[in-house]
Formats: sequence, C-alpha cells, structure tokens
Amino acid sequence: MTTHTHHLTRLTAAEMAQKLRAGEITSVQLTQAHLDRIAAVDGGEHGIHAFLHVSAEEALRTAAEVDDLRAAGGAVAEALHPLAGVPIAVKDLIVTEGQPTTAGSKMLEGWMSPYDATVVTKLREAKLPILGKTNLDEFAMGSSTEHSAYGVTRNPWDTTRIPGGSGGGSAAAVAAFEAPLALGTDTGGSIRQPGAVTGTVGTKPTYGSVSRYGAIAMASSLDQIGPVARTTEDAALLHELIAGHDPKDSTSLPGEVPAFGEAVRTADVAGMRIGVIKQLQGEGYQQGVLDRFHEALDALRAAGAEIVEVDCPSFDYALGAYYLIMPSEASSNLAKFDGVRYGTRVLPEDGPLTIERVMGSTRAAGFGDEVKRRIILGTYALSAGYYDAYYGSAQKVRTLIQQDFDAAFEKADVLISPTAPTVAFPLGENDDDPLAMYLNDVATIPANLAGVPGISVPGGLSEGLPVGIQFLAPIREDARVYRAGGALEKLLSQDAEPLWAQAPELAETEPAAAAEPAEAAAHPAGK
Amino acid sequence: MTQTLTDAEPLSYEEALEHFDPVLGFEVHVELNTKTKMFSSAPNAFGDEPNTNVNEVCLGLPGTLPVVNGKAVEYAVMLGLALNCQIAERCRFARKQYFYPDTPKNWQTSQYDEPIAFDGYLDIELDDGEVFRVEIERAHMEEDAGKLTHAGTSGRIQGADYSLVDYNRSGIPLVEIVTKPIVGAGARAPELARAYVSAVRDIVKGLGISDAKMERGNVRCDANVSMMPKGTTTFGTRSETKNVNSLRAVEHAVSYEMRRHAGILASGGTIVQETRHWQEGSRTTSSGRPKSDADDYRYFPEPDLVPIVTTAAWVEELRAQLPEPPAERRRRLLAAWGFSEQEFRDVVAAGLLDEIEETVASGVAPSVARKWWMGEISRLANARDLEPAALGVQPAMIAELNALIEQGRINDKIARQVLEHVLAGEGDPEEIVSARGLEVVSDDDGALTAAVEKAMAENPDVVEKIAGGKLKAIGALIGPVMKETRGQADAGAVRKIVLEKLGMEG
Repeated sequence: MTTHTHHLTRLTAAEMAQKLRAGEITSVQLTQAHLDRIAAVDGGEHGIHAFLHVSAEEALRTAAEVDDLRAAGGAVAEALHPLAGVPIAVKDLIVTEGQPTTAGSKMLEGWMSPYDATVVTKLREAKLPILGKTNLDEFAMGSSTEHSAYGVTRNPWDTTRIPGGSGGGSAAAVAAFEAPLALGTDTGGSIRQPGAVTGTVGTKPTYGSVSRYGAIAMASSLDQIGPVARTTEDAALLHELIAGHDPKDSTSLPGEVPAFGEAVRTADVAGMRIGVIKQLQGEGYQQGVLDRFHEALDALRAAGAEIVEVDCPSFDYALGAYYLIMPSEASSNLAKFDGVRYGTRVLPEDGPLTIERVMGSTRAAGFGDEVKRRIILGTYALSAGYYDAYYGSAQKVRTLIQQDFDAAFEKADVLISPTAPTVAFPLGENDDDPLAMYLNDVATIPANLAGVPGISVPGGLSEGLPVGIQFLAPIREDARVYRAGGALEKLLSQDAEPLWAQAPELAETEPAAAAEPAEAAAHPAGK
Repeated sequence: MTQTLTDAEPLSYEEALEHFDPVLGFEVHVELNTKTKMFSSAPNAFGDEPNTNVNEVCLGLPGTLPVVNGKAVEYAVMLGLALNCQIAERCRFARKQYFYPDTPKNWQTSQYDEPIAFDGYLDIELDDGEVFRVEIERAHMEEDAGKLTHAGTSGRIQGADYSLVDYNRSGIPLVEIVTKPIVGAGARAPELARAYVSAVRDIVKGLGISDAKMERGNVRCDANVSMMPKGTTTFGTRSETKNVNSLRAVEHAVSYEMRRHAGILASGGTIVQETRHWQEGSRTTSSGRPKSDADDYRYFPEPDLVPIVTTAAWVEELRAQLPEPPAERRRRLLAAWGFSEQEFRDVVAAGLLDEIEETVASGVAPSVARKWWMGEISRLANARDLEPAALGVQPAMIAELNALIEQGRINDKIARQVLEHVLAGEGDPEEIVSARGLEVVSDDDGALTAAVEKAMAENPDVVEKIAGGKLKAIGALIGPVMKETRGQADAGAVRKIVLEKLGMEG
C-alpha cells in the first residue's frame, strides 16, 4: 500500500526534522505516512492497539500549516521550532481540547476536555501534528496496559506480550513506527518500564521540571510527564520542548531549561563516576536482564567510566512506601469522578435516586478492579487512626530514600540499574497476582519517591526481547542522564544497528477505513 | 435497654441559668473580597448568573491544579494580626475529604494541623462597657463550597425533588476563625455571642478584606453551645448551630440552645452531639445531622501545593499597615466627641462613624456633625430606603453648608433645602445658594426692618406682650417676617430689630 512513504516512519525524530528543514519531505507526507502505518498495524484482532483515538484531520491540518510556513521561507520558516512538523502521540491521561480524553477508563468515556494541558499547548505552539491519544492502564494504574477499559496494547516485539505500563500505548506506538515521538507520564515507572520492554527510550524528568497541568492526577507528588522516543537525542529534544516553569502548576520549578540535546550530542562517560545500586540487582532479576546489564557496565567501563557500588538500604522499603503514598493520593484524586458533573453516570438499578446512591453506582460501574483496589487501599491508609502508621510512616521512608540518594550522589555522578527486573511478560500472566505486577516497578519507584530524574535506554535483547538500562541523576541534573544514556546508546550501536531499528516489521493489514486519504491529496507533496 | 431522653421542653432563660453555666464556641467564616478565587483565576463576585464565575480549576476538572491567591494569604495574615494571633512561619494546605455535590473535587482545600494564624484573643466590649476576653484558637484559610438549592418541601437534600448547584461560590477564599471554649459569660452569653460576631465583622470591614455583609453570607457564624451544671468544670456535650447569619439570630440562637440544653439536662436526658439549623420564623433550632468528633475527613497535606512561608519582615510590614482596631477607635472617638453613650451607640448602629469623623475633620463641631448625619441626612436616606452612608452626601458638603450657616448667609431651614438641591445634582452648596438666591435677607437695604415693622404693626397684641417682658412672644413675629421675606430672614436678626424698636436690651 504505502510503500513509497513507509521508509519515512523508520527514521528518528531528529532525522525527520532534518529532512523537513532540508525540504526533502513535507510534514503532510510524514504525517500521512504515520497515519497509514497506524491504519495498517494498530487495528484488528492482533493489532498493536496503541491508539484509543486517532485525529487524522487535525494532525494533517497542523502538518499543512507547517509546510506552508516552511514554503514561505525567510524569517517565518526560520522561526519554526526544530521539531515543527514531526508528528507525536499523546498518552490519553493528558487532556486535549478537541480530542477525547478517557484516562483509559469507562468513567470518562466520551468526555472532551474544555482546555489543553500545558504540555499540549507547547506541542501546538511548536506545531507538532498530534496523531492521537494512546492507550494506558486505567488512570495510569498498572505496569502492562492490560488494565485499560478499552482493551490491551500489544508489544511490537512479540504481540502475545505486554508493552509495559501504564504508558504501553505511547511506547508501543513509538516501537511500532506509528509515531516517532510520544508523551508519557511516570508515577512509578510508567514511562521507563514500557521503554525498557519495547526497546525505546523514556525519560522521567525531575519532579516539577515539566508542568503537570492537564495530566489527570494519579499521585500528585509522584506524577511527572516525560518524553518517549527512539533515541536519547529525540527524547532530549522533546524534553526541551515540554520542560519549563508553568505558573499554573504550584510544584513547577523555576529556571531555564538546560540543553539536553547538546548533552546527548557530546555524550561521553570518560571520567564519569557511575554508581551501581547494590539493592537493584540480583534477586528477582532475570539472568538475561542481568547479563545485558553487566555488558552495559563493561562497555561503560571500557569507555572510561569509573564504576562504583553504592548502598541504598532504604530502597528495600521503597515499594512498600510507594504502595501507601500512591494509593492514598490516588484515592483522593479520583474522588471527583462521581457522575455528578461530567463523564459517565450510572443510576442504581432499583431503589431511590439519592445523590449517594448515584455516586456509588457510578463509581462501582465506572472504575475497573485495579483502580478500586487502589482507592480502597488509599482510603484505608488515610483513615483516622491509621494515618500515622501508614501514610505517615511511608513519608518517613520517602525521606530516608531521598537521603540514600543524597549519599549515593556523593560517590557517583549518575546511578545505574536494570530498568525492569524482567523482559516483557506474556499477556494475562499476572492477571491474578497484583503483587507480582507491582514488583515490575521495584527499580523505577525510588526515583519517583525522591523526585530525581531517570531514563531508560535500550540495553540489548534477551530471548529476543528488549532489556532496558536505567540511569538516575540528582534533582535538576536531567542533562546527566542524557549524557550517560546517550553514551551507552552510542557504545551499544557501534557494531550493530540500534535496537529500535531491529524491531519486527509487523504484518501490515489493509485497513477497513483508510485514514482520510482525501485530506492528504489536498496537500500534495512538494508544496 | 431504656430509651435515652434526648428531647424535652426548654427551660425558661432564668431557670436554665439557675442550674447551669453555658460554654460557648464560635466558628466564624469570613469571605475575603479578593478579585479572584482562592486557587483559581475565576472572578470572586456576588450576584452573577449561576455558574458563570467559574473555570476549569474551581470546577475541579480532571488535570487541573490549584495555585494559591497571594492576596488571600496577605488578607489572612492581616486578619490573624488583628485577632492578636501568632502567624505561622510555614504552613500548609490539606485536603478535607467528603463526598458532597457542593465541592466539585469531593474535597475541600483547607488547613488542618498547620493554620496560618493561631493563639490570639479579642477583647469584646459589652453594652455596659464590661470587657470580656475571647481567646482565639486559630484562623485558617480555606475555599468556599458551591451553593446548593434544594427544590421541594424539605428544603434539604434529603427528600428534595432535585437540587441545583451554583459553583460561582466554589473556591471563594475564606478565613475560618475558631475560638477556644468560652467559659464564664453566664447570663450574658447571648449578648457576648452577638458582640463577638459583631466585633469580627467590624474588624474585617475595617481591614477592607471582606464586604462583611452577613445577609450575603460574607460573614457566617456557627455557634457551639453546651451547658454544665453549676459548680462543675467538665464541659457538657455541645451542639453546633450552623450558619446563623445575623447578629440578632446569633443572640437568639445561643439563648435558645442554652434553654434547650438545660431543659433536656434538667429532665435527666442526654444532649445529642449534632449540627442544628436556626429557624428564623420560630426562633428555635432544629436537628441537623449527627456529628461526632470522629468524623473522618481523611485529611492529608495537599500535594499539589507547596507550603506557604511568611517572612518576619513581611508580617511586620503588614502589621505596621493595620488600621486602628475598631474597639480602640470607638473609645477614642467617644472621648473626643463628648457624645453620651447612647448618642454614640446610635451613631455606631447607623454606620456613620466614618462620615462623622470626616465631617469633624473638615472643621465642623462634633455635635453639629452628629445632628446633620443623624437628623436630616438620615431622614432623607430613610425616605429613599437607603443607608445614610449610601445617600451620596460627602462630609465636605456638610462642612460647606455649616460654614454658610456660621457666616449667617443661610439659616438652618435654607440649609436643609440646599442639601436637597445638592442631592438633586445641582452643584455644591455655595453654587446653589447663589444660583437660587437663597442667601438670608440682610438688612443692608432696610428690607428686613421694613418686614419687621409690618409684622409689629399687624400684631399689636404680640408687641404688647413683648414690651411687657414676655420675650418668648418674639417667636410669634418670626413667622410673619419669614413669610414676608420668603423664609430668608435670620431669626436672630429679627429678634434684635424688634428689641431695638421697643428700646429693650436683648
């Protein structure tokens, strides 16, 4: 079908941007190529199902605008953002005016936000065509995207396996060449762990460095929006675009956005002290994952890095603290979904229509099991008489974890660990075992509890499935994770194609309804 | 199991106090008059179409985040200082969680264990001058809820046909002032209650931080009352009468609750800890919902907001800007003006302190200023169904009118006419007097003497009485002279001419 444009999707965002600037391709061509790819691989019984909503018309309209501005030349074209015209997908937890936002929940089925998230405003201002909204575990609660109310997303490397979660849709879209860039949110690893198991790059920025305004809150003190991409450079460029102070977010940090792209381009680990976290290796980690991890350490050492071991004893309690703080905040943040003002409303089948009963039946029908599990946990933990023992103690552990990080960063410039303990597991494997599911985030959670930045970069394959390597840096030192991650990326692709380019082709099916080809014809190539 | 008695006929007020001592406590909510809401940029305005002063933040839409209104924090600190409170160097907001449709997020952003102001007091002056100190436990910031209107006969959410919600009020900044238990007021408890709420209202009005209109809910009072047997010191179970929204209602509600509690306790019954509703018509309270100290709001620190930090320098700057406390000001003015206690109280009740103070500052004697404002101006305002202060009379105009009188250019009667013309927008008093030719008839051209002579000629019997020493009879000549001069004669000048004509000394 679209073989003449197929190659356009198998580039990095930086390469796409370069070709757009050089006039080799148009944004309409590029955007249409991705819409075609979505139409070809996303639907059907075994399709990737990364998208919950595709906004072809809007994306092509933005693309045509960029092409017009580029064609105008001069200062107008010069003023375009470097990523202008490069399409992007947005996790469906982030609100978008004019496109539905469901948070992966029946509760918000059909809801349209009357306002844009700050990061979406930034995408629109920079004129990145927004392809659509990506699938996620309901309200971002999960590590496999199996808890979406709208069906599972499949891992492009093996469509019988999970793409990670909660941002499985964004990661799978990037891995399957449906989008070169995507936005995710990371509360306990929801950007990094899907990045690891799909062979993509995902960054959780320093807490407060990217505005949360418009990201539907799960756990306010842990949530952070970040970039999902194929390379560290692409992630860095998107990160630069979305970062910065936002007066609408009180937890937003002031200050200039560092040049992350430059950090990647000059990436070098010679003389860098890289700390191996004693607590984040060994037991619970698959041998294949550990093998790739040790190879990464060897490569970094060979490139001049000083590998040291750091002890973070409180990390052993991170998962426990996280599963008190996160559900506590989530139980509160999700209270507003009651059927009174917007979204789904379910009336009780019989009995009087009192406000309590309508709220009750709406929440009973509108939320899935994992969401209910966390609301119940959180409600219990915040209850009078339990608060100190649960929420209070968890906050103390959080302080201890921050202190562990502080001590570790005395000895090391960045820390390193496997991103996830396992490669992608088969769909349905952990259905009946929420605790096993929770263990997936054991390595990513400490960064959220401490607010530090982290990145997951591809570290090779184990049993044909991607393994992720995580770098962590001190608060506001996000540039360091790009420097270290970028260096590892270079080292591992010296003798081989980068991992993202090795992703399976996937069988393209003729879509039932092509994504508005007429729209593309209206903006012919070369315009 | 025996039925516990929870209801009985209220005792008379005297009987109640014979056996019990009241313990009071107040929670007064003050709506701040900031331009925008506590955590959103939506307008803070009263009386607009429902659900128009809203945006995504105060509607709590998914993804939205609060941002603290700095002006509201400033106002809260000012109020804390005026209540003689300590100001927290660092404090936080917390979420008070409960499901109710007037709070769009199903939590109210409030302050819990870290209020911005705490440990204060207010000296309350009762009618006879006795001063009663009310200890302030805390004053904390929070957001108002939306306004629910329940359709149907019950007027409550239970049993309503449907309920309407207006989120214009949702998110308006509030400061809640909580007293410590007030013991020892005895029979004066209702009077103290009224005076306390009145004092808080005067303070927030004087600070300019609230419109302070109780009828609009700018100042709302929850009154806690319990009774303990005389001679004991253990507090009884309290009731909380919600939203008592006039000074009179506060006084009556406290009085009624004292009698109701006493009635139940005297019959061996038990007070139910509950909220009560004030019924204006019957001047009683009715049962609301049970309330226990264990109500679980699952408070936790609001993670979407960072702590508020107040620097000592900033607090001191605000303290230096505080206006004179209303009670101190009243004491100062009473002494300076020399009014009787009753005269002064009437001025305060009429809301004319500012006006009279300004008039006096413009050079008018206090008693004259009082006479103008409490007399003619109040009468004109009353006729127009307005508050005297809202009539549009400026203190400077009164000073000008008064100067004209003192110069003998107009008399009191003309001055009243001039005032009406001023209100009709004809200009300032000086302009009106000359434009309308209202100046008092002087005797420069003999016109006044002629008018007096004419009146004396026409009233020989009166002249005889005056000549016989009845000087009061001169009054009977003033009328005809006024008639002749169309009211522009000066009564003093008339008197002087009459006496001269009769060869008598004044």
